[in-house]
Amino acid sequence: MAFLTLDRLTKRFGTHAAVDGLSLGVEKGEFVSLLGPSGCGKTTTLQLIAGFVEPTSGGITLEGRDLLAVKPARRGLGIVFQSYALFPHMTVAENVGFGLEMQGVAAAERVRRVGETLELVGLGAFTGRFPRQMSGGQQQRVALARALVIKPQILLLDEPLSNLDAKLREEMQIELRQIQRSLGTTTILVTHDQAEAMALSDRLVVMNHGRAEQIGAPHEAYERPATPFVASFLGKTNLVNGATVRPEKIAFAAEGLAGTVRTRIFQGSHWLYQVETAGGLVTVIRQNTGEPVPAEGDAVHLAWAAAA
Amino acid sequence: MKATPYLLSLPALLLFGAVVIVPLVMTVLLSFHDWGQYKGIEPVFVLKNWHEVLTDSYFLEMFWRTFRIAFLVTLLTALLGAPEAYILNRMRSPWRGLFLLVILGPLLISVVARTLGWALLFGGSSGVVNKALISMGLISAPLPFMFTETGVVIALAHVLMPYMVLAVWAALQRLDPQVENAAVALGAGPFTVLRRIVLPQIMPGILSGAVIVFALAASAFATPAIIGGRRLKVASTLAYDEFLNTLNWPLGAAVAVLLLFALVAIVIGTSRLVERRYAQVFS
Repeated sequence: MAFLTLDRLTKRFGTHAAVDGLSLGVEKGEFVSLLGPSGCGKTTTLQLIAGFVEPTSGGITLEGRDLLAVKPARRGLGIVFQSYALFPHMTVAENVGFGLEMQGVAAAERVRRVGETLELVGLGAFTGRFPRQMSGGQQQRVALARALVIKPQILLLDEPLSNLDAKLREEMQIELRQIQRSLGTTTILVTHDQAEAMALSDRLVVMNHGRAEQIGAPHEAYERPATPFVASFLGKTNLVNGATVRPEKIAFAAEGLAGTVRTRIFQGSHWLYQVETAGGLVTVIRQNTGEPVPAEGDAVHLAWAAAA
Repeated sequence: MKATPYLLSLPALLLFGAVVIVPLVMTVLLSFHDWGQYKGIEPVFVLKNWHEVLTDSYFLEMFWRTFRIAFLVTLLTALLGAPEAYILNRMRSPWRGLFLLVILGPLLISVVARTLGWALLFGGSSGVVNKALISMGLISAPLPFMFTETGVVIALAHVLMPYMVLAVWAALQRLDPQVENAAVALGAGPFTVLRRIVLPQIMPGILSGAVIVFALAASAFATPAIIGGRRLKVASTLAYDEFLNTLNWPLGAAVAVLLLFALVAIVIGTSRLVERRYAQVFS
């Protein structure tokens, strides 16, 4: 049996099923992402695990114990909220130490562990600051430290990076992954950002309408999407003559599907083309190798290997 | 053009000057004039009124009572209004609007009407509640409410409650709804969440509500006039009596000006304290 098991978990709000019979097993130390568009039920699933929402039916077990029988305050889960939900009237050290205080950890031990955890997230020098005096990225780290310091059995991350700018988000992704690997904390990430989910996770749960469309490793889900929804949600896809083809798998060739380049966009490491063909508009991504490339208005032929 | 903003606000400034500044200055000047039973007001400069107001134990007791009532009203509205706002904030959508209306609705009714309601309920042996309690045999004499400090405090607290609820409500609106969940997830029970997480964050709201309620309670006229009457005077009813009954305008002016200055000092002092206390935490 898995470390954390969701068994046909269902949550209805009125007649609307936010989570609809979701079953999932998460192994100890695993990093699993719940990925999907807004309203797909990923956040509700997280709240069900955290205990902020009661399921309509189904079960959740942690190490074989029924988690639903445990009060939210006793579940011992670390949660990082999208808004960070830091306590604005407390200093960084008080924020991070709050969970330990609730566990009745002695003051000296608390100071030591708070210091350790803040070092881990690179905020060792900020203990006396108030959240308002810190940048978004720093607040994000405080929220992470606050969740990690209680040595949670599971770390729940609710869109933790969505409020950061693109560059900072990338840095935090790398850092988050390193911290998670070094501590070995079982982690569940909720996100709508497929790139983030693929970069961080061991496994993805691609969700739509409260159901899991596909559960699998990022690479596997990308290369062999189980449903058209997964194919379109994970990265860009073309639907050419009934077959789905990834834009980066299509090459310009001497012969093949004839078309005209409509637009060409330079994106640094690669070129993005929209090619008009008899089968519709096809998106093509080619590596920027420095070689000459077709220009807008050029007649081209497209070729790709048949899907495996 | 640098003069434009001043020109644009000139009409408002003129109105403000005409209806606030000028009468205020005239009241201050009036408090230094002399008055006699037969000679009336004499436009001279004497410190007689101020000397009387500041040394006579009658005025001292009356000012002391005014601020004691204001303080108790503030305490009562905070103790009842803050939880009320919190409960209101947690209600679901149709009920929330309904109960907010119930709380704010009385603001649409005249203070006099609301206060007379209390008089009808508790006014001596003919008050509805007193009558009912006596006929049920629960009490033998009517509850002392009219002409008592308790009565004035209760009626004022009722009249001023919406201001406290609104101030706390505004503070609660700024609260991140996930913050309570965050505390729960870290192992805090419901009482700890309220005391350690919610209360400190809405404290600025409670304090700003307290400043408003205190100022309004200390300067209130209609409610103390109806419930307290002539027997239980506060600063505002005393000033009224000096102006309209004794016709000693200069003495009334001294009382009014002293009340104003004391209130301004208390309100500004408290606001400064609150601002300094919370400057770091709340931007």
